[in-house]
Amino acid sequence: MLIRVDSPVRALVAWFPDWPLVAARLADDLPSNVPAAVIGQGVIAACSAEARLEGVVRGLRLREAQTRCPDLVACPVDPVRDAREFEPIITSLEERTPGVEVLRPGLCAIRARGAARYYGGEEAAAGAVLESADSLGVEARVGIADSVFAAEQAARSTTELSAVLVLPPGSSKDFLTPFPVDVLGQAKLASLLKRLGIRTLGSFADLPATDVLARFGAAGINAHALANGQDPRIVVPRTPPRKLDHSVDFEPGLDRVDQLAFQLRATADAFVAGLQTEGLVCTELKVLITDEAGSRSERTWGHPRHFTAPDVVDRVRWQLQSPSSAPAGSGVGSGLSSPVTRVEFLPGRVDSIAHHGRALFGDGAEEQIHHGLTRIQSMLGHEAVVVPAISGGRLLSERRRLVPWGDALPAGTTGLAARPWPGRLPDPQPATVFASLIPVLLLDANREKVSTDHRGGLKAPPKWFCPTGDPVRRRAVTRWAGPWPLRQRWWDAVHKLEADRFQLVDGDGEAWLLLLDGQDWWAEARYD
Amino acid sequence: MPHSLTSASTASLRDDLQAKIHLMQGKRGSERSLPVLPSLRRLLPGGLRPGAAYSIQGSMSLAMALLAGPSLDGSWCGVAGLPDFGVEAAAGFGIALDRLVLVPDPGASWTPVIAAMADVLSVVLACAPGKVAPAEAARLGARLRERSSTLLVLGPWPQSEAVLQVNGYEWAGLGEGHGHFARQELELEIALRGNTRRASIDLAGNGTVELSRHRMGA
Repeated sequence: MLIRVDSPVRALVAWFPDWPLVAARLADDLPSNVPAAVIGQGVIAACSAEARLEGVVRGLRLREAQTRCPDLVACPVDPVRDAREFEPIITSLEERTPGVEVLRPGLCAIRARGAARYYGGEEAAAGAVLESADSLGVEARVGIADSVFAAEQAARSTTELSAVLVLPPGSSKDFLTPFPVDVLGQAKLASLLKRLGIRTLGSFADLPATDVLARFGAAGINAHALANGQDPRIVVPRTPPRKLDHSVDFEPGLDRVDQLAFQLRATADAFVAGLQTEGLVCTELKVLITDEAGSRSERTWGHPRHFTAPDVVDRVRWQLQSPSSAPAGSGVGSGLSSPVTRVEFLPGRVDSIAHHGRALFGDGAEEQIHHGLTRIQSMLGHEAVVVPAISGGRLLSERRRLVPWGDALPAGTTGLAARPWPGRLPDPQPATVFASLIPVLLLDANREKVSTDHRGGLKAPPKWFCPTGDPVRRRAVTRWAGPWPLRQRWWDAVHKLEADRFQLVDGDGEAWLLLLDGQDWWAEARYD
Repeated sequence: MPHSLTSASTASLRDDLQAKIHLMQGKRGSERSLPVLPSLRRLLPGGLRPGAAYSIQGSMSLAMALLAGPSLDGSWCGVAGLPDFGVEAAAGFGIALDRLVLVPDPGASWTPVIAAMADVLSVVLACAPGKVAPAEAARLGARLRERSSTLLVLGPWPQSEAVLQVNGYEWAGLGEGHGHFARQELELEIALRGNTRRASIDLAGNGTVELSRHRMGA
């Protein structure tokens, strides 16, 4: 199908050079004023002007770039960060010229007609865009042409000194003529065209459209239209999203949790109500707390159903009271180490409210259970109510995974459990698995501690067992088996495990699972 | 039995009457009882009665086996005050882990936490608190009857429907320096509404409970 656009829609494209790098700097992932680069798939995706002076260019391997510029600071590319940091730029642009379409982070298109009429000319409209970027301290380039594609190429061919290029109507095709076919962004097509001797957009545009369609298909005819300066894409402005996050500032800062919880009630209500008017409910919440000392506590909370206003306040309380967020030595009670000056609620994950509606006869049981358990959580704390799962590991305590009610099970837990784990205990599993190992003592006939030799065999069979670790209160060993070696990651200081397991029945008829760790004896579990 | 009304005998008379009331309450058979595993069916013919408390003494495995019946039937279960609860063994008994909730450390507020759990969960297994006042136990009992949920206490408990006392256990499969635990045989004594029975149960092989034999005694 041949695409003809008789009256081309003038498009304005704003391009923010080296956006991944600018975004990384805005997010404080990279320092400014030093050679810096963003790495994607092992090669330089974007680099700073300082690095470019040292000879670093896009597409260079990281190692090669570091030999050219030893001071290079690098960080990995992060599309989410790029999009997140681009958001304020778009918001600022939309204030000046509505109807912005984000082509990708760092590149956006605007229908030029409205802006040009409002500002009294296309140059003036471009100036407004530049001014908006300048107010946020980022560099922008603007191109205006008959199609989005031509305008993008125009923006990319500007320089730092003249940041605007306006192509007069009808001149887009001539402007595009000298560009190489690579700019079409279709690597396969570009490679084929070059092998056919077609190196520039001009010579590609000169081919008859019907022949292009016959030889290259739909993708080819699309590219042909681009080369002709007739981009079939039209600018589809985005609908600015409603602000869903809420924050509240305290002046002076609050240093008691109960005060804070009281003050946050209204904000939490507004947060949940704001989501509800959008037809959404929040299933994952991010809470950011800033205190007077400037330290920030950030935590993501899950919810088995969805957050209501009291749940939101509860999460803030737990976050402030959790031992991980409180610095050592500070009271974990209702007093805080430093007064809180700002609390922010951000919806981490939302879902349509229709999925969370109440069934006609109530989905009673589960909801009641959730309410009851939440009540216990608000009595004892978030981590006090847990859901068990079986995970992977060699020690029994590693295999038992406890996740607080409401939080999601870490990804891959069931996969870990399904692995073979050599050295796993044969069934039945012990009913009592001690949360922390209990020191015990196993003695041989000479009242010496039982130990293994360098080949892993027993030096002497066990005779006496002291469940309290006190050699005076000992019981006879009636039956036993072992040692069953557990060897894991000898090269890894943290996960290294070198132990032997024993099962035994003592004189009182109690059955134990013991662990010999080097020289010390521990009770790992009891069969009772 | 005639009683002279001295203060000591008043107390014993009160205890007797309470026991009788308790017994008669126990005979209410209108409610649907919770199922138990086949191996325990002959020991607890009526299953676990909703609203009652059971005292289990000396065995976590027995507690898990009792929890497994209702859990297999689709009930939600809770475990309180037992940080050493072996999750893998529980799964081996057939307890559904996605319908199991643990409160490893109820702290000082034992009774409120158990009551809150009993409000929403059908069966709650709890360790015995250090000391519980009879009045407090009675209040919790009333709450249990109101919510029709069953409390299994690992340890002594006043006013329990039945006391399941494990007097000893025998492990098969382990030798002197060889083998491994394969089967567990519990010597069980059940005091159920005034009748005491003795039996031995096998908890077999892969953790599922299979009945082997019962010895009915005095």
